[in-house]
Amino acid sequence: MVSLRVNGQEHALDVDPETPLLYALRDELGLNGAKYGCGLGQCGACTVMVDGQAVFSCVVPVLLAQGREVTTLEGLGTPEAPGPTQRAFIKEQAAQCGYCIPGMIMRAEALLRRAPHPSDAEIREHMHPNLCRCGTHARILRAIRRAAETREAPRTAFAEGGR
Amino acid sequence: MSAALPRRGLLAGALVLAFALRPAAAQEAGGPVLPGSLKETPELDAWLRIDAAGAVTLFTGKAELGQGVKTALLQIAAEELEVPLAAIALVTADTARTPDEGYTAGSHSMQDSGTAIRHAAAQLRQLLIERAAERLGRPAGALRAERGAVVTPEGTRLGYGDLVGGLDLHRRARPGSPLKPAAAFTVMGRPVPRVDIPAKLTGAPAYVQDLRPEGMVHARVVRPPAPGARLVSLDRRAAEALPGVIAVVRDGDFLAVAAEKEWGAIKAMRLLAAGARWEGGPGLPRQADLFAALRALPTEDTAILDRPAPASAGTGAREMRAAYTRQYQAHGSIGPSCALAQEVDGTMTVWTHTQGVYPLRAALAEMLGRGPERVRCIHAEGSGCYGHNGADDVAADAALVARALPGRPVRLQWMREQEAAWEPLGAAMTTEVRARLGADGRVQDWDYAVRSNTHNARPGKAGDLLAATHLAQPFAPSPPRAIPQPEGGGDRNAIPLYAFPGARVMHHFIPTMPLRVSAMRALGAYMNVFSIESFMDELAAAAGADPVAFRLAHLEDARARAVVTLAAERFGWEPGAALPPGRGRGFGFARYKNLAAYCAVAAEVAVERETGRARPVRVVAAVDAGQVVNPDGLRNQVEGAIIQSTSWTLFESVDFTPDGVTSVDWSTYPILRFKAVPERVEVHLVDRPDTPFLGAGETGQGPTAAAIGNAVAHATGRRMRDLPMTRERIKAAIGV
Repeated sequence: MVSLRVNGQEHALDVDPETPLLYALRDELGLNGAKYGCGLGQCGACTVMVDGQAVFSCVVPVLLAQGREVTTLEGLGTPEAPGPTQRAFIKEQAAQCGYCIPGMIMRAEALLRRAPHPSDAEIREHMHPNLCRCGTHARILRAIRRAAETREAPRTAFAEGGR
Repeated sequence: MSAALPRRGLLAGALVLAFALRPAAAQEAGGPVLPGSLKETPELDAWLRIDAAGAVTLFTGKAELGQGVKTALLQIAAEELEVPLAAIALVTADTARTPDEGYTAGSHSMQDSGTAIRHAAAQLRQLLIERAAERLGRPAGALRAERGAVVTPEGTRLGYGDLVGGLDLHRRARPGSPLKPAAAFTVMGRPVPRVDIPAKLTGAPAYVQDLRPEGMVHARVVRPPAPGARLVSLDRRAAEALPGVIAVVRDGDFLAVAAEKEWGAIKAMRLLAAGARWEGGPGLPRQADLFAALRALPTEDTAILDRPAPASAGTGAREMRAAYTRQYQAHGSIGPSCALAQEVDGTMTVWTHTQGVYPLRAALAEMLGRGPERVRCIHAEGSGCYGHNGADDVAADAALVARALPGRPVRLQWMREQEAAWEPLGAAMTTEVRARLGADGRVQDWDYAVRSNTHNARPGKAGDLLAATHLAQPFAPSPPRAIPQPEGGGDRNAIPLYAFPGARVMHHFIPTMPLRVSAMRALGAYMNVFSIESFMDELAAAAGADPVAFRLAHLEDARARAVVTLAAERFGWEPGAALPPGRGRGFGFARYKNLAAYCAVAAEVAVERETGRARPVRVVAAVDAGQVVNPDGLRNQVEGAIIQSTSWTLFESVDFTPDGVTSVDWSTYPILRFKAVPERVEVHLVDRPDTPFLGAGETGQGPTAAAIGNAVAHATGRRMRDLPMTRERIKAAIGV
């Protein structure tokens, strides 16, 4: 048995310990957010956060995620109540087929939690591991900028009020 | 030799939006052809149904591929039927429920399905109004439809649910429809948010990959090391001994394994592959000899345009020539192909991201040796496909495993390396062009030839499914076929839209395929537009003319001129403007298929001398897609086309040796990543209210490639005629 903490909940999973985290999340826990893209850590469709870091869940054995905090797309919000980064992507209509977008959102989320005011160059550098084939990149970049702005709205208002 | 096609003639018959408001009685049965897909499926209830509670269900044979078609079709139905968009349930491509609209391809969805739905909804609205008029004893003209009800001037409302009782909707559409004028639109023409996006962005089940029915097993296929290899021996013991393995399925050279868990299936697949011995192989040409090999193959030659040069042409004229090549390129869906299949009581149901549920059903039925009534194909979304990728083939794989495990739902997904090695590719192509430029700076005569394999090997027949060609009793692939003009395949957009006094265009169709190819976004248009528009720049330079002015001087079509002018304006195109060193600008234009959307693209590209790396900095497009249903959806499609075409143009080439494809992952088949994304991508729309929908999903591919090529030439002084324009090639060209 492997014990796994995902989106704040503990799970005991009866899986081969070398199973990539991706399959444990999808098949054992029914979480659809992380997608199989390459199984090689080259495309980012499977991106989740482990202890706040964006990781390729397709190349991390589930055993190595034990004792860590795993956050998936589902941990950010629901269709009815999407989280701030999800809202920004929806607002910008930053998806075509959408298959890569959960990974994009998770990688962006990891950046914004660490660096709430990324520059455009930082965003591009950070997002470089994730591939999109539909060519939605310009909207994804806009969505991440929007997410940064909306997350920071209260602090900005405070800062301006203090001037 | 086929007769010359007058280009304008291609527009004939497109009376899609005729506002026929004359009374029904005046319309003759068997009169005008019904619009869009009503031609093939004329019954109103095939498209729209309303139940006694007033719930509306809309049916389409087209599929959501990430292009936003669901939202656009809902907008059309909501607009014409006068019901809130959110109140309409939509059923997409399903052989048991929806019309047969062939493939969701060729930028046809709005022209086919959108047009049918628009007319069906307008006619249904009119029937409901007439029904209310009868019931109320008032003239229909005094009533109007609003939010799912027919309303009197006094405000009495009769809900559609009440009115529909006893109304037989299983009736043929009439030739004329009381369509709303664009000025009255409240839903069409608006940037309605995509209905499918929230689920996709929050992890709700949205893809075929996300289906997990009770009792589902995971399957993986083991492919030969290369096309043509035969399985000569198999040791299946290690795979079968793995805990959780349910079955190894072998039929001839088709080999697959099913297991309780996905990771177990992958491990078993690897063990099975290790136990398999294959012999023989493809004997592909060396990649370095690809174009010589293609030129050596026999061709079927068709003159698709033959307009003799006027006698005056050639006097004082200067002749110029160029030749262009394009390597094989891949669809490269981010999510490898996947299908779910289940055999119950002799009926095979397949959930599939195919672009054509009906043709796939026919092919599967033939492969399984049964009637089509015992196969059902239901579209479930996959990762974006951009044409004929592995979707149909994986459906066949899943069905073969499901046949061996009756009752159990079988989910089979390809691995990345399988997708890359086995998807049907975009064809390698060559083009040659020769033109005579008069002393007046105008093209007098134009000769163009394109040489290509097929651009459509889609199923319909079992032999078009990869697995069916591997069975012990194999099915032969369909004979490769060209797609005739006016749409064309390899010769799509080979006929220039420019008004050249003399022009001839030859299509050299190559039936023999060294590598398996099929439809990829824009088909031959990508290469033909790149070639034509590159050469237009070479001619403009020779004439000492500005590239935009040179194009306008040869364009008569007013809508073509409008997008060229708009793109140039928004880009800030000034003739002769100087750019900083290492920067260049370029222009490209085409009307997709010469009958769908118009698109002009201007690009500014930065070329780094030391590395040869080219990056579009700013791309500005102008598009005329006729009546626009969803402007944001259209922009999204064209932005995507620009970025995807940039990736094809600068990075992408399927690599192979005589033993098979070697570019099998994202390190060996690199595509555009974030650092190469242009700083700005702008798409400006020319709305044409009350004109027919013009398909726009593929219109950006060719003009973008041309704009980039022209900008690289402008930046470096070197003309790149071979796609892709990789940094190695650019570096070699500029001699660093």
